[in-house]
Amino acid sequence: MMDESAELSVSITQIVQRLKGTHLHSQLEKQAKECLHKPEIKLETLKDDVRRLLKASGWERKLQNAVYRELHILPPPGHPRAPPEHTKEPLAYMRKAQVNWEKRILKSLNSMCTELGIPLARKRPVPEQNELTNKWNEMGTDEPDLSKFRPVYAPKDFLEVFVGLKNPNNERSEDLTVRSHWGLIQVSLNGRDIPQMREMYPELGLTYGQLGIDDHTHVPPDLFESEHIHIGKKVVSEQDSAAAQQYSRQGCPTGLRAQLWSLILNTTNDPEAITHYEQLKARVIHHDLLVDNLIYKDVKLTASNDDYYFVFEDYLYQVLLCFSRDTAVLEHFNYNCASPPKSCMQSKSGSEQCAVVYPPNGVIPFHGFSMYVAPLCFLYNEPSKLYSVFREMYIRYFFRLHSVSSHPSGIVSLCLQFERLLQTHLPQLFYHLREIGAQPLRIAFKWIVRAFSGYLSTDQLLLLWDRILGYDSLEIVAVLAAAVFAFRAENLMEVTSLASAEAVLADLSTLKVMPLLQIFLFATSV
Amino acid sequence: MSKNKQTAGHKGAYSSQKKKEGEGRSCIRYRCGLTNTIQDVLNQRPGWVEVKDDGDWDFNWCDVGWLRENFDHSYMEEHVRISHFRNHYELTRKNLMVKNLKRYRKTLEREAGRLEASKCDFFPCTFVLPSEYHIFVEEFKRSPGSTWIMKPVARSQGKGIFLFRKLKDIIDWRKDGTRSEEQKDEAQVESYVAQRYIENPYLIAGRKFDLRVYVLVTSYIPLKAWLYRDGFARFSNTRFSLSSIDDQYVHLTNVAVQKTSPDYDPEKGCKWQMQQLRRYLTAKHGFETVQTLYKEIDNIFIRSLLSVQKTIINDKHCFELYGYDILLDQDLKPWLIEVNASPSLTASSQEDYDLKYRLLEDTLHIVDMEDRLTGKEKRVGGFDLMWNDGPVHTDVGLETLGSSCLVANTHLGCVNDRQKQLQQLLKPFPGQKRT
Repeated sequence: MMDESAELSVSITQIVQRLKGTHLHSQLEKQAKECLHKPEIKLETLKDDVRRLLKASGWERKLQNAVYRELHILPPPGHPRAPPEHTKEPLAYMRKAQVNWEKRILKSLNSMCTELGIPLARKRPVPEQNELTNKWNEMGTDEPDLSKFRPVYAPKDFLEVFVGLKNPNNERSEDLTVRSHWGLIQVSLNGRDIPQMREMYPELGLTYGQLGIDDHTHVPPDLFESEHIHIGKKVVSEQDSAAAQQYSRQGCPTGLRAQLWSLILNTTNDPEAITHYEQLKARVIHHDLLVDNLIYKDVKLTASNDDYYFVFEDYLYQVLLCFSRDTAVLEHFNYNCASPPKSCMQSKSGSEQCAVVYPPNGVIPFHGFSMYVAPLCFLYNEPSKLYSVFREMYIRYFFRLHSVSSHPSGIVSLCLQFERLLQTHLPQLFYHLREIGAQPLRIAFKWIVRAFSGYLSTDQLLLLWDRILGYDSLEIVAVLAAAVFAFRAENLMEVTSLASAEAVLADLSTLKVMPLLQIFLFATSV
Repeated sequence: MSKNKQTAGHKGAYSSQKKKEGEGRSCIRYRCGLTNTIQDVLNQRPGWVEVKDDGDWDFNWCDVGWLRENFDHSYMEEHVRISHFRNHYELTRKNLMVKNLKRYRKTLEREAGRLEASKCDFFPCTFVLPSEYHIFVEEFKRSPGSTWIMKPVARSQGKGIFLFRKLKDIIDWRKDGTRSEEQKDEAQVESYVAQRYIENPYLIAGRKFDLRVYVLVTSYIPLKAWLYRDGFARFSNTRFSLSSIDDQYVHLTNVAVQKTSPDYDPEKGCKWQMQQLRRYLTAKHGFETVQTLYKEIDNIFIRSLLSVQKTIINDKHCFELYGYDILLDQDLKPWLIEVNASPSLTASSQEDYDLKYRLLEDTLHIVDMEDRLTGKEKRVGGFDLMWNDGPVHTDVGLETLGSSCLVANTHLGCVNDRQKQLQQLLKPFPGQKRT
């Protein structure tokens, strides 16, 4: 094992490598050169003077933010001799399950392609390209015939994969005892219990002010809200990523949220980002991909039918179609245990087959995927800005919700965490639900996979996502799922079937997430 | 989504109500001319009983047709209430509203100066046809290329409306043989207005929308008006573009018109709750900007009501629930499109039903047939008292504010925690125990 300082220098090297040659790098160089013209610079103290000037003009802060961002997406440290797959996912059975899953969905995609006789990718004829360019801002008005397309997979298919996960080294008896795990996830991964989470999430505690609780109508604003907004404005003017992340733990005010999230994710809307988006748009215009139809279908089925998000239909196409073609997303496979799906493409001469990543960004959309983007439309309406924020959120958090891994923010851990919390703190409820054939995870899974998007009302969802960003972890999603069950426990104890349990939990639109989380974490007796 | 329907209580035994002016009433007899949400609200109100046709009534939720035929012949005792003012059309018919507003503006300019008068500039340039045809043509020629909208004065639900850019379009229209006889007759009388079309509406995701806001007036002299916190934004189903002025579906956001649009899918909502809209705008533009916007919207209600204050026959039996249609432009300036004296009470969805139910319930609380209010309330349920012979301010302690500025008592698009407020405010219905 490497010691800490060696690990640190490896990380530093990696970050420097990644930042070299970026737009920021060239801008810093340019700024530094311009500094040389300034009269305050003295040759003897050149280095320090330039540094000082860069700090004063805010460029050091920008660099800090960029480094901070890189830290978020740094691949996990590993033994120098370990192959990358082992570093990304140390458990062999998880790796195997992920590989099998990938094979399945790719097979499903390919067979759909063969069945329908539609190529995976096709160059658009020029008239079609022109038509699409004209209709770019209103693709939602198109009514293509999507009846032949089915989503490649839905969350419940994915759940079955986890239910089948077994650690071959773990011998378990089939008997249900108090000590066994009652839930569907039968692997043992580390998870935090409530006392540990109290230490992890102190800002959610009863002695801290929160947006989502302390901005309620009957609470005078000068108790917390006014001061919090004042601090928020300062954070935004300081343009400090790390500060914004810390701030977000207590919630972002509606009027500042867009800027704060942008800061936390370090998505600047600089010319580089805009150009990148335009290039992606050009790729959409030139080529039609099979997955585009899946995207259309998903948006029509989910977001367009949602009371809040139907308005943003056009934006969703503009983001997701570009997303499919963004090869920059492939970078996240450096730390994602999944591998990008590859399809065999015939070369022009027909004699060779080569494997190319398909779709180009390596992400096959599933039923409900568009709901990751929909809430962001509330905050950003410039497509390139919206796109940057979504992409960053995907490569930091959302990808973990649909790949099999042992990562603490991975979906398997979240599901296990949820079940454990329920079993520990609501054993009677869990037992009752088990007995009537209503395993809680079967109901909660869809919430967790979407990080509650489309289930909570928008303002509550955004408050939840504030904390995901603030704590850089999806764990809070699992806690909320358990808290929801706790909240409706009384009604759930009365039900006698899975269907009625689903009915009790069908409508979450009236829930207030922060009080639920706070009560569950800090007012549950342990 | 399943939501519990509002059950305001059980109809318990009717203990005799306290005597009012020598009259004892064991229950409240109501007449209702409509068969939608209001019917449910009245039906479920404890102690209220429906009377049909010829029976005496204490309360009448009538349609304007009934009003026109019967109001002048009805004798109403002091306690009786009816849901319209006799000549409400001074506010709700487009030609009369324009006339009243223009007159009010002139008075204001004379008495208080230009600045004050400019606060009435929330109404797009409008001319009544055919009487103002010539001044209209003058204005039309002064702004070539601009788009105008022609609206029939007394129709609703978007009927008979069209857009035009060239004068010859209206000349064609007048001669158009395909219009029905009824429409042609109307054109002879003063029954159309030509209005400058707002070409830069505020768009959300490329779609145009307008706001429906509810204002309850219980008296004109002195003017007492309440503003409801809930309301909604109605979206056009298609994307906005000025190139297709013939496509009336794009430009008109009335749900009634949208329902006939070929794109319309009743499963798809085309409404956002006011709270949703306010949050969206706040996220986009910041708190202060949106605060200012809503203040300007308040201004529209107040000025429009003041402009007809002296014209409306102020009968103490009357109250009226108006549906205001407001449009925002890209500079976040609100414009008044029209005022409805009979806003639709038919629900388009469960959510819509719940909103209208709450609205009507709170309306009845304010009308207060059961005599439970003191008259000093600034808030009843989801209604905030907006104007009481003068502006109304919230009871905010001055120490909590940085400066000593007064805060208006309106909360359009804000949290509507009416249940709690009502529980604290109202005594239980007679014959009903407090739960």
